[in-house]
Amino acid sequence: MSIQRNDWSLQRKGIIDQERHKDRVKEAIRKNLGSIVSNEAIILSDGKRTVKVPIRALDEYKFRFNYQKAKHVGQGDGKTRLGDVIGRESRPGTGAGSGQGGQDSGTDYYEAEVNIDEIASLIFEDLQLPYLEEKAKKAVQSRKTQFNEIRRTGVIANLDKRRMILENIRRNAREGKARFGDIKKEDLRFKTWEEVMRYESNAVVIAMIDVSGSMGEFKKYIARSFYFWMVRFLRTKYDNVEIVFISHHTEAREVTEEQFFTQGESGGTVVSSAYQLALEIINHRYRPTDWNIYPFHFSDGDNYYSDNEEAVKLADELIATCNLFGYGEIGEEGSSSYRRSSGALLSIFSDRLQNKDRFVGVRIDDKEDVYPALKQFFGKRGVETPA
Amino acid sequence: MEDREIRELEAAVEQIWEVARGFGLDPYPTNFEIVPATVMYEVGSYALPGRYSHWTFGKAYHRMKTMYDFGLSKIYEVVINTNPAYGFLLETNSPIQNKMVIAHVLGHVDFFKNNSYFSKTNRRMVESVSTHAQRMMEYEFKFGRKTVERFLDSVLAIEEHIDPYFFIKRDISIAEEKRREEYRRKDGPYDDLWLLDQRRNEKNASAEHNESKEGENAARDRLPEKDLLFYMMKNSPSLTAWQRDAIAMVHEEMEYFVPQMQTKIMNEGWASIWHARIMRELDLSDNEHIEFANLHSGVVSPQKGQLNPYYLGYKIYEEIERRWNEPSTEERNKFGRAGNEGREKIFEVRELENDVSFLRNYLTEELCEELDLFVFELVEEEEWTITEKRWERVRDQLVSNMTNFGFPYLQVEDGDYNGNRELYLKHRYEGTELDMRYARKALEHVHALWGRPVHLETVADDESTVLHFNGNEHAED
Repeated sequence: MSIQRNDWSLQRKGIIDQERHKDRVKEAIRKNLGSIVSNEAIILSDGKRTVKVPIRALDEYKFRFNYQKAKHVGQGDGKTRLGDVIGRESRPGTGAGSGQGGQDSGTDYYEAEVNIDEIASLIFEDLQLPYLEEKAKKAVQSRKTQFNEIRRTGVIANLDKRRMILENIRRNAREGKARFGDIKKEDLRFKTWEEVMRYESNAVVIAMIDVSGSMGEFKKYIARSFYFWMVRFLRTKYDNVEIVFISHHTEAREVTEEQFFTQGESGGTVVSSAYQLALEIINHRYRPTDWNIYPFHFSDGDNYYSDNEEAVKLADELIATCNLFGYGEIGEEGSSSYRRSSGALLSIFSDRLQNKDRFVGVRIDDKEDVYPALKQFFGKRGVETPA
Repeated sequence: MEDREIRELEAAVEQIWEVARGFGLDPYPTNFEIVPATVMYEVGSYALPGRYSHWTFGKAYHRMKTMYDFGLSKIYEVVINTNPAYGFLLETNSPIQNKMVIAHVLGHVDFFKNNSYFSKTNRRMVESVSTHAQRMMEYEFKFGRKTVERFLDSVLAIEEHIDPYFFIKRDISIAEEKRREEYRRKDGPYDDLWLLDQRRNEKNASAEHNESKEGENAARDRLPEKDLLFYMMKNSPSLTAWQRDAIAMVHEEMEYFVPQMQTKIMNEGWASIWHARIMRELDLSDNEHIEFANLHSGVVSPQKGQLNPYYLGYKIYEEIERRWNEPSTEERNKFGRAGNEGREKIFEVRELENDVSFLRNYLTEELCEELDLFVFELVEEEEWTITEKRWERVRDQLVSNMTNFGFPYLQVEDGDYNGNRELYLKHRYEGTELDMRYARKALEHVHALWGRPVHLETVADDESTVLHFNGNEHAED
């Protein structure tokens, strides 16, 4: 019988194996990008940096009973009666029976905490603006300020407080006092910057969305998650990208980014109205000689029949002035892409467009299709980006 | 923690030990370690210190640590069943918490030492698992971390499927192995060809004489076999030597854990009843009494909806003691209970029973009512509803849920199914269906171990169903 107290500071097994688990999480995220890309937690994250995403690949699979189909024994407060409802369909408790050496079977699947920036960099790894060309006239330099140096002198507004505190603590320690305080001039540290010039081609993305009555919750969500990543992608990868937002039903108008993502409307669909507006905007503000232009359009393809002719014509016109025209057609949730093969805009486009090299049409029936769609739109092809 | 506090704790350990012995407890000598939270959670998540590395342990560790960091849960004690035993005390525990933990731990250690289900347990398991860890690390070094990790994923998928009475089989199997070894030594590389003739002759002979089937028996293990791990290790057509060794290690560790899984309610109840009684014997100040009362009620309080094993076990022991101390006239006449035998009786129970028999034999109608136990199930796929309150049904449901430590009972029916070395498993269906999505995934792991098509017979949607997996695709009929 004894009481001991040893030095455990070298005991790191748990931490080491935790790293192994993290490796597994990363690997699983990589493999499950398709479902993570369109996960609500991320799309609706509202600027949060980390979100929880369920990842099924991290389950520890075992032979186990179907919790929903099993009978369990519980304990009440003394007043329970036959027929009492003690919970709705979420687990009221793990019940008895999970052994000490066994695994907890209470959680259905593992939720990994993911950093949106990390996910973004994984997703964007292979993406770029396709057919980007150096536009001779307005290949405007982008100026970037990089704070990358620390000096002892500088503008007080650029004081690096963190380093100042560190320096102060260090100096105090050198003088034999373990504390923070008594700041002297020699403790001050300032951030200074360099100006970096980057030469980029100008690019504008014209994001168009169908907000007609037939665009239900699911369809809007899909369009939204696609644009969520597109906007994020463009802003992180290119300094000099402008984005124009257009929403349309029977009429089109230019909207702000916020309106674009939140707006709900109703009515019919006249696709050509959006293309018409896009062409006008291009003519007025983004001359093709100076700009790389990328129109993208999301719709459910339920265009007025009488407008199809016009839509095809204008689409062709757009393609002629643009680097790439992307069209995404969103189906009903879970429906197969074979179901509506004719009548919808996508099939009309693929039949009748004159110039199909620079047209990308995809169909999205499922949340999991968003990631492949992104890859199709922004996949590597055509002219390489000038470095 | 200061030296003074440690000296005080040492004195407390001595005192608690004496009180425990006075009550008739008979634990192994126990060493206590004061450890920081990280170590506590590490030991807790591996269940034994120094086990081999695997990401699932890291995941458990991370989860426990996070819960602790957010103040959601806290482990006060961890106890290791070895001789001498080890108890871990969290360094942030208050003196009273430590005393209660020490008393609780001694209750566990007494149970480990005296409950018959632990009679075959390896009491030097910490040494064993550290040699396992060493070997596993060598395999990682030789064959690659990923390879070993993936393989362990598959092994761990079926780790609970071992035979709790494996020690019986081990004795037989050692003898058999020896005999086989002698037999093998006579073989040249192609001598098995002659064996074919011999076997045919034997068959003919046995048709007439019906004897000398020993060769047959050795070649084919006795089926059905409940111990999937053991069966894989011995008979899988695809595993290499290190893989079989890895399975053997996991098997050995599971043999160690199975008695704990079989006696969770009993063990926790026993430790709780004794920590309460021991603490009452100690000379505590009023404040300490209140702190202890708080802690104790935290441990043995019922949680709504759930079943707290500490509380359930605690109540059952108390009930047994009462019934044997003050038997009813009927019990006196019918069973010849003299009365005042309560203490003796609970010691007998802690020696002979496991959770299943404990509940079946000693969960009474009065207790079911007092604890307000009930059976609940999902009605129309949306409402969890209480569907049974008759105590015998409740008891039987509880017993059935504890059977095979809460895991489905699977067994190997045939290791040469279709005459093609395919593996045929059968789920012994007893009213509860499997989680089919999990079953399919787990079957993939079984396939990874067996290396040839695998089948699982079970019941789905009230119909007999066989799942098949051939390495590429699943099928079902």
